[in-house]
Amino acid sequence: MNDTLANTEKKTAYILTLPAVLLVFAIILFPIFANVWISFKEVELKDIRIPEPRAKKIIKSISDEPSKIKILYKLRNSSLLQEIRKVSFKDNFPKNFKIENLDPRCDYKKSSLKCEFGNWPAKYKENFQVIFSTNDGSKIDKKTLKSVKPKLDGKSDNILLNTNFTLKNFKKVLFENEFVDLLLTTFYYTFFGTVGSIVFGILTAQMVNQKFYGRTFMRSVLLFPYVAPVVALAYTWELLLDPNSGTLNSLLLNYQIIETPINLLGQKYIEISILGFDFKLRLALTTVIMFEIWRYFPLAFLFILARLQAVPKELYEAADVDGASPFQKFFKITLPQITAVISILFMIRFIWNFNKFEDVFLLTGGASGTRTLPINVYQQGFAISDIGMGSAVSIVIVVLLLMFMFFYFRLLGKRVDEN
Amino acid sequence: MRTKNTIIFSLISTFFLIFLISIWKILATLQGLSINSFNIEILFAFGFLISLAHLGLNDKIKQIYKSIVFSLIFVLFDGYLIQKLPLWYNIGVFLISYFFTTKISKYNFTILKEEHSTQVILFDFLTLFGILFFSFVILFPFYMMLVTSFKTQIALLVNPLDFSINFGQDLKELFKSYFVIFESYKFGKYILTSTIVSVGTVIITLLFAIPAAYAVARLNFFGKTFLSTSILIIYMFPAIVLVIPLYTIFSQLGLRNSIEGLLIVYTATTLPVAIYMLQGYFKSIPKELEEAAILDKLSWFGIITKIIIPLSIPAISSVALYVFMIAWNEFLFSLMFLDNPNSFTLSRAIQYLSGDAETPRQYLMAGSVVVTLPVLFIFVYFEKYLVSGLTAGSVKG
Repeated sequence: MNDTLANTEKKTAYILTLPAVLLVFAIILFPIFANVWISFKEVELKDIRIPEPRAKKIIKSISDEPSKIKILYKLRNSSLLQEIRKVSFKDNFPKNFKIENLDPRCDYKKSSLKCEFGNWPAKYKENFQVIFSTNDGSKIDKKTLKSVKPKLDGKSDNILLNTNFTLKNFKKVLFENEFVDLLLTTFYYTFFGTVGSIVFGILTAQMVNQKFYGRTFMRSVLLFPYVAPVVALAYTWELLLDPNSGTLNSLLLNYQIIETPINLLGQKYIEISILGFDFKLRLALTTVIMFEIWRYFPLAFLFILARLQAVPKELYEAADVDGASPFQKFFKITLPQITAVISILFMIRFIWNFNKFEDVFLLTGGASGTRTLPINVYQQGFAISDIGMGSAVSIVIVVLLLMFMFFYFRLLGKRVDEN
Repeated sequence: MRTKNTIIFSLISTFFLIFLISIWKILATLQGLSINSFNIEILFAFGFLISLAHLGLNDKIKQIYKSIVFSLIFVLFDGYLIQKLPLWYNIGVFLISYFFTTKISKYNFTILKEEHSTQVILFDFLTLFGILFFSFVILFPFYMMLVTSFKTQIALLVNPLDFSINFGQDLKELFKSYFVIFESYKFGKYILTSTIVSVGTVIITLLFAIPAAYAVARLNFFGKTFLSTSILIIYMFPAIVLVIPLYTIFSQLGLRNSIEGLLIVYTATTLPVAIYMLQGYFKSIPKELEEAAILDKLSWFGIITKIIIPLSIPAISSVALYVFMIAWNEFLFSLMFLDNPNSFTLSRAIQYLSGDAETPRQYLMAGSVVVTLPVLFIFVYFEKYLVSGLTAGSVKG
């Protein structure tokens, strides 16, 4: 009895989870394997399209003979690279039609024309012409003829399915693609974006955790950058920072703080001298990181605020009795309480920033020293149209992320052991 | 000790005053006033004196008179430095300095003598400063987005700092950018596509996620722990890794440029969060209710529709709002999969608009307002649900 109950429970569970599991498998897990597969192949964007046999039907009436008609099919292989094998053709005609010139490759039965064209090499083109007349000599309506479309079929190799593999993509990614520079840019972007958003998150959470008028409103406002669509925010920032007529530059010029506009998103380096030391700051990258921090500190804020509100009030009261200063309270009570949240946040944000594509793409498109790995996936895959390369870059991203997670968890594990 | 604290107090409070006045000046400049300098040095000295005078006068004058007198002096002084400014600017300066003087009114020499008083002051002013600073930094871009959409190209070329809106003009003129994007750029159609895609994603996601979350929360089966941990791992998985294989597969299946294709991808990417958030809530529903239902011979379908769903309306609606927001804001997949303007979503359409350098910026901003408003509206209106859900499930971003 119990056994059958457990069995039905199992069955029910599988039925309930199956649709979700199948969908996630098809759209998320399968593509990951497909990605590995593609990354070992030389595939370009144009190879993806499966070659198709195509026919364009042109109807010409023959003068003086209204009961006869000439039909021209412009046949071609849609692919410039691959052949199509065993092309078959089929088109239907009205019942009273009689064929005048039957091509040896074709057959006309039951008012349908079927042809076997054999193999078409790449770029193949042919003008195929048939002439029809009506049995009863009635007039031919061109419109109805035109509305019937011929059907073509053929077999071709799918370049994605053959088993020619190569290591070329990975060699290119690692040795020819300014890999070190890419990696460094991605690392700066990810690391400073993550740390910045956490620092601002701590500051704002500490702020909102105190009582003041309009606190709930403040909490919603702080989350605005996080919930608004990227596209809108990125373009607004672009307009604000624009060197020609952007608001920020106009303001700075107006207050005579700068003399010439600064192209914050289009200039790779800026020379800064502090205390007599000259150094180069990666300007566009810094701006993009600022945007990143601006957009994602709300998440850190929210997590840390939730944690802060759970800190027992007695801790602070006891500290007050001991005469602790506000800074002592912050460093000795608040910070230790939120380290766990911060370490989780650091991991989540690090992973997501590492993969962030939209923000950089919309702000700079990867120009002026802001090309990160995800941007490179897009550029290789779609701008240079080398799908294989794009895939290889994304595999590199996954491997790096797995390595990061592995070390991060080991580090965390060690610290937990020590405590 | 007292002198040191007094100086530190005056310094910090003066910085705060200057910050307030500077923000006001920036906003006034953006209304087209010609303010060419913050006069920081002079205002600094002046603010410093006010702070000191405040401490010195202490309780000799009633607080309200003190505030009004200080504020008036400040307004006159500022008005003397930058002349020919409209009345509303000066009223603003008056209100700001009045606010400032009331804020500092709680400090006096006795407080300054206390232990840690400098730190307390620093903390107080940092909080005040932080609230204003973050409000400004966050709201400013949104404000500029809105205001730019009401301007014209010529007006912005004449004075790039004049964002004042002329409410006297014809409504049709005022909302011209909005009329243009709806009439010549087919934004109505994009809104429709975005709505269909987002609402469709919500419906399909819930259809798939509710049963799965129920099974994970309640039933025992082989592979349950594996399933619930893999949900989280999949959730962390980068979308950029999926783009190329999905692009190739979708091209070969002819799913690119179709709403169906987007629906499939959006559903699959939001499912893990939805299941994770829902199963957490389902676990909190008392089991006894279902046991009674099993005695009544209700099938699992009956249990889900008659017990679980009615009891978890708040959780389901917060998941629905989230999924809607994710789908509405989504950009990466719509960039990859859509290249035919007939099937664009709003985000993709705005990106396409910006690709044409000729597109005037006010149209771009009007489009941005159109895509942002629904999300912000939903967020502010349902904030309570969403914030608790955000910390529980955390939306991908």
